[in-house]
Amino acid sequence: MIEISNLTFGYSKKNLLFKNLNLKLQMGHIYGLLGKNGAGKSTLLKNLAGLVFPQEGLCSLKGYHAADRLPGFLQELFFIPEEMHLPSITASQFAGSTGHFYPKFNEAQYFKMLAEFDVPVSDVLGKLSFGQQKKVMIAFGLATNTALLIMDEPTNGLDIPSKVKFRKIIAGALTDERCIVISTHQVRDLDSLIDNVLVLHEQEIVLNRSLDEIAERLQFTTAVQANKAAILYEESNAIGINTISENHNETFSKVDMEMLFNAIISDHKSVTDILK
Amino acid sequence: MEFRENEAIYLQIAAYVGENIMLGKWPVNEKIPSVRELAVDLQVNPNTVVRAYEFLQNKEVILNKRGIGFFIAADAGEKIKGYSKERFLGNELPEFFRNIFLLNISMKEIEERFEKFKSETYQK
Repeated sequence: MIEISNLTFGYSKKNLLFKNLNLKLQMGHIYGLLGKNGAGKSTLLKNLAGLVFPQEGLCSLKGYHAADRLPGFLQELFFIPEEMHLPSITASQFAGSTGHFYPKFNEAQYFKMLAEFDVPVSDVLGKLSFGQQKKVMIAFGLATNTALLIMDEPTNGLDIPSKVKFRKIIAGALTDERCIVISTHQVRDLDSLIDNVLVLHEQEIVLNRSLDEIAERLQFTTAVQANKAAILYEESNAIGINTISENHNETFSKVDMEMLFNAIISDHKSVTDILK
Repeated sequence: MEFRENEAIYLQIAAYVGENIMLGKWPVNEKIPSVRELAVDLQVNPNTVVRAYEFLQNKEVILNKRGIGFFIAADAGEKIKGYSKERFLGNELPEFFRNIFLLNISMKEIEERFEKFKSETYQK
């Protein structure tokens, strides 16, 4: 299990990004981390990865504290940042030089994913396009088979066919022994992959629920179909009004993650209260 | 596979498996795709496929042979027909009725179109 307890962090003491933030993540799931620009998504991920140190509280993974950065911890973690600077070596050389830091690194799996992604293995990484570089790191990160894999905006820079391949590759790589955390603004790219939604808002995690639980409690419909008395949030678009209402009659509707997010960040406490 | 918005994805996957069995694409007593294979194929979280397979196991459509995989039950066809019919009559038919009423479409026209559809779609 991965746990953040009472995390307080800010790049300066006057301006805290998180205050007493708590979060528990379970193995075998894909978490989608949502938050506004500047809410601190990337910083939260860096705390989890031990890349920055909390003012108070701690992040732990398999009993290790992230901030200690012990080898046992680093072996179980892979972090794919939004932007990266890759060395002047090829994808094959990268596996040779970096793979052995990860005891569960599976070279065959790595090359198979690179082939699926259509990335040349003998070109120098630094000279590949941004999208190609990203695919190399996604393939490498998945092949390390670490307990925690963190991806910050992984679909940014991927072309349309690569996004399909990305979804297939992730679907095939999730096991009960690993947890994948994806921070994203492109929820529609990952709609059917994410099974748990995290929302970071105003220094706290205000939502940590599975999509199944959300669909049980909330209904996403047009205003015409909604039960007026149960409406919690409305949003109008060109076609009409979409609503989130309390789900009283056990009818299923697909969770519209974008609308749910908008409802939460516009301080609709009623929505977060129902999901508590 | 395009998923509809008014039904849980795991139920749509279960229906997809059912359809493959009913159409004979996946023969009775044979092994069906593993959770991982189907998850990759449909680009969904494997936990969703697990849920679909659990549902089908409860309906006795598929059997889990430990360590080997999931197999189609001998009387899977009957079982699928049973619960699919319930699901159709409960969910889809009322919507269909609503539409033919609003659009003023006669039963005769529906019947003609149904016959045409059957001969075009299911002819061998």
